[in-house]
Amino acid sequence: MKFKKMWVVLASLAALSLLITACGAGPVELDEPFVFGVILVGPKNDRGWSQAHYEGGLYVEQNLPGAEMIVFESLNPADKPEATLEGVVDDMVAEGAKLIFTTSDEFEEDTVGAAEKYPEVVFISISGDDAWAEGQDAGEAPSNEGNIMGRMPDMKAIAGCAAALTTQTGKISYLGPLINFETRRLAASAYLGARYCYQEYRGLDPDDLEFTVTWIGFWFNIPGVTLDPTEVVTGFLDGGTDVVLSGIDTTEAIVVSGQRADLGEQVWAIPYDFEGACDEKPEICLGVPYFNWGPSYLDTVEAIATGTWEQSWDWNAPNWDDLTDNDVTHVGWVDGPALTTELKADLDTFIAGLADGDINPWTGPLNLQDGTAYLADGEIATDFQIWYLPQLLEGMTGPSE
Amino acid sequence: MKRASLLQRGWVIVPILVALVITALLLLAFKVSPVEGFGAMIRGAFGDMSKTLSVTAFWVPMTLAAVGLVVSFTAGLWNIGVEGQIVMGAIAASWLALKLDVPRGLLIPLEMLAAMAAGAIWAGIVAVLKTRGKVHEIFGGLAFNNLAIIFTNYLISGPWQPPEGGTFRGTSPFPDKALLPLLGDSRLSPISVVMVIVAVVGVFLILRGTAWGLKLKALGKNPDSAFLLGVSSERETILALMLCGALAGLGGAVRVTSWFDSLRQSISGGIGYLALLVVMLSAFRVAIVPFVSFFFSAVLNGSITLQLRTQLHSALGGILTGVMVLLVLLFGDIRTLRILPGQRRKKAVPDE
Repeated sequence: MKFKKMWVVLASLAALSLLITACGAGPVELDEPFVFGVILVGPKNDRGWSQAHYEGGLYVEQNLPGAEMIVFESLNPADKPEATLEGVVDDMVAEGAKLIFTTSDEFEEDTVGAAEKYPEVVFISISGDDAWAEGQDAGEAPSNEGNIMGRMPDMKAIAGCAAALTTQTGKISYLGPLINFETRRLAASAYLGARYCYQEYRGLDPDDLEFTVTWIGFWFNIPGVTLDPTEVVTGFLDGGTDVVLSGIDTTEAIVVSGQRADLGEQVWAIPYDFEGACDEKPEICLGVPYFNWGPSYLDTVEAIATGTWEQSWDWNAPNWDDLTDNDVTHVGWVDGPALTTELKADLDTFIAGLADGDINPWTGPLNLQDGTAYLADGEIATDFQIWYLPQLLEGMTGPSE
Repeated sequence: MKRASLLQRGWVIVPILVALVITALLLLAFKVSPVEGFGAMIRGAFGDMSKTLSVTAFWVPMTLAAVGLVVSFTAGLWNIGVEGQIVMGAIAASWLALKLDVPRGLLIPLEMLAAMAAGAIWAGIVAVLKTRGKVHEIFGGLAFNNLAIIFTNYLISGPWQPPEGGTFRGTSPFPDKALLPLLGDSRLSPISVVMVIVAVVGVFLILRGTAWGLKLKALGKNPDSAFLLGVSSERETILALMLCGALAGLGGAVRVTSWFDSLRQSISGGIGYLALLVVMLSAFRVAIVPFVSFFFSAVLNGSITLQLRTQLHSALGGILTGVMVLLVLLFGDIRTLRILPGQRRKKAVPDE
């Protein structure tokens, strides 16, 4: 009797393990090497946007034997006036690339042309909307072009919440890059997260919360061209701001705030883009929202290798169960060392609310900055309304265009 | 005399060869076979028709600027401001392309003329700052380069930003009638090649066969003596820089109306500085400039393929050309460099 039971257990275990191997991991195996190209707008080690993409490509190579990345860095007219997206694509296709990621909104237009030229190659225009059937530019992308973007607004809402939980002066500032749909949507999301948490967890009037956005003009400092982010952050702190959120690709927000903290001021910062960004000054870092491209890159490569890829516009949600599990999440949030245990509990409540849908910061009533109604009372913003946010929101200080 | 000048022309090859050897060693250091590396470069530049056309399309504005620089160098002037003159030409051409509604046959010549005027004026200001304000043309030029770039950024993020909002990429595409006719799918316009030929021949003739050319040479070799001999250094300085600015501006117009189809954030991206290197490697001879410029364009375009093939940094092409220019400056025949401002005191009387 005992013996029989053991057999049953063993047999079920064996069956289970077979099942797990069959369905669980389901690794795609490549019959022949699969070459894919990654075209970066900046250097592959910029500790920001471009590096995140490069690491996404490395992730594919590590997880799919036979996948081989070719990368082209710093494709922008300032660094390489002689290079064009089309020319780089020509070379990548000649090297055997069957898939090419173009990883900047600057490449969006030229990617359409390249995709038309090479219908056998799949193009993924990162952060674009040309392949979105409901989008403003629907129909612009040929059928071999798709779009991928991580759902960063969710992470920015968490960042805004962390800032609102922490601020002592009630003044939060956002160091913005240039003004477009993407950057407006991210700044607005941070603001909505901040309002929610200021009210719900601190019991304070969110209308008293000051939220200022200053746009420097580009994703990073170009001396003489953009505003100097160091000066902008200094101005924030001089004006009484004690939490600075960064929306740009480089580290000025945390660096300058860190220097002020060394002088004894109580200030905090939330950097952006790169998972390790807190390392600059951990003791004032509340956390960092970051992109994680590995999983979506891997899915795309596998889908093409197995012939199941279809054009789509993917705005990929985070893995709410664990926002730092880089095998599954498309965007992430890492708590910073400066986040106190007490505040962390509130922040986790907020995150749990976002995860199960109880909390949606993009719920009306919501007015645009000029007072125009955007969402009616109780109305929840559609993807379209979030993606194409035409202005900042009422209550935010700073230019909308 | 014949023999010497033949040798003088021949020595251009030497630094190129030495630089190739150095680059080959560099490739070896990164465990890339030089044969494969240079092979990738050559394929990247001439592997098929579209690549060759791309090399030629990049060559056009660089050569126009370099030909202009021969004029200003002949007058002993370091026109670092050539980069800004390209940018201003691009801006002027873009202005008409975006705002002027006239038939193509009229619009394109107007764009080119406006670009030349803008480049000339931009250079003229630097020249007047030099002659009247005692501001050296290197410093004036650098300042005006930055101003031109800031002006571009203002335009594309402000008044000329596309209706869908600025991405800092550039303006909306120009209407078709504002663009130079292109060869097939390439970015090369045959008209722009004609412009280069006219510019090269024109500058060659001016420097060779006109009194003004002689005055520039005199000025370049010894401004004090030239002044005593009745050459107005102020007038010649201004005109030489303005002619250079006009050609550079034309290069900028070609850039926006054929390479791109709009005004972009970095419309030149350093083509002016490359042109300076081209002229130095050409030993300031206008007849050699187009060939050296073509070589530069081929190396830069070939580097793209080299990088993709070897996954080395594509700055390798820049290193290759940079080493060549350094070698020319280090070991070049001092006699061919005598027109440089630093050397001009050595000989008071031209020996030609």
